[in-house]
Amino acid sequence: MSRFKTKKGKGGASINTSSLPDIIFMLLFFFMVSTTMREVTVRVKQQMPEATEIQKLDKKSLVSFIYIGEPKNAKLYGTNSRIQLNDVFADVDDIPEFIAKERESRDEADRKFLTTSLKVDGSTKMGIVTDVKQELRKSGAFKINYSTRKKVKRNR
Amino acid sequence: MARRAAPEINAGSMADIAFLLLIFFLVTTTMDVDTGITRKLPPPVENPDEDVDVKERNVLKILVNNKDMLMVDGKRSDVRQLKDKAKDFMALHPDNPDYPEVAPKFIEELGREVPSSKGVISLKNDRGTSYEMYIQVQNELARAFNEMKDEKSVELFGVKYSQLVDETKMDIINALVPVRISEAEPEDIGGGS
Repeated sequence: MSRFKTKKGKGGASINTSSLPDIIFMLLFFFMVSTTMREVTVRVKQQMPEATEIQKLDKKSLVSFIYIGEPKNAKLYGTNSRIQLNDVFADVDDIPEFIAKERESRDEADRKFLTTSLKVDGSTKMGIVTDVKQELRKSGAFKINYSTRKKVKRNR
Repeated sequence: MARRAAPEINAGSMADIAFLLLIFFLVTTTMDVDTGITRKLPPPVENPDEDVDVKERNVLKILVNNKDMLMVDGKRSDVRQLKDKAKDFMALHPDNPDYPEVAPKFIEELGREVPSSKGVISLKNDRGTSYEMYIQVQNELARAFNEMKDEKSVELFGVKYSQLVDETKMDIINALVPVRISEAEPEDIGGGS
């Protein structure tokens, strides 16, 4: 007589998983709505300065980005601050062409609302930023946004 | 013809498909919201030699050198004092020669003339100034103007500017407190980069 009965063919009650797809779909839709596609790989260091008086950039489709900072791959590109347009490093002279292309890819009615967001690393010197700004002025992209992080309020 | 019951589709792999899609979106998308200080650049000057005549008393000169030191109106200063200095400068001080001129300005939405300061804040930085410092200065100036807008809004409509919903009211405040920050044409000041 065995004290221990082997449970055979009598598995534990199975959990009903028929609603699992619904849950996953819910998560999926949440992520689809709240996130945006990553378009470029940023190749420069991006430690944004902090500021308190910031505005949200809405209408993501009407924003073109210019990244400035030290290259992440210092062995290959050195430590001087560089400009990155789309996926490649560029010079100041390439900016008018970049702006023209950005403008052309937008609907004609929206072109005047095009904003240029400058994503600049905090340790960058203003020289390169000023050059970029001058170039933007020449090509008529007057609306700019200095990208910053929100400063966490501390009690002073 | 006898109808057969539709065969049941096995939905067991539905979760797997959904998971796959979910992971795809998790990997390819980002969630960061872009925030920043929005500014409008002036159009390029046609005649670089032609200087616009602005009276000395109407300009608050802010200089930042390559050591990230700040000079406001010829005196060394600190970023923390900048906001109050800018506010004090832009506030109305009629008949005080140390402050900018006050001239009446017609506001269409209000239908009457209101006194308005002619002051301009001029910001000049060196090529060697760090971007961090530049943003701090811009931020402090933005804070000064935002506080002035809030004060004006509370005075006129009883609510802060950020809580205004009516667009004409916003226009009135924007006309009363114009953001006048002028950035000088770049030139090297205080030692190269």
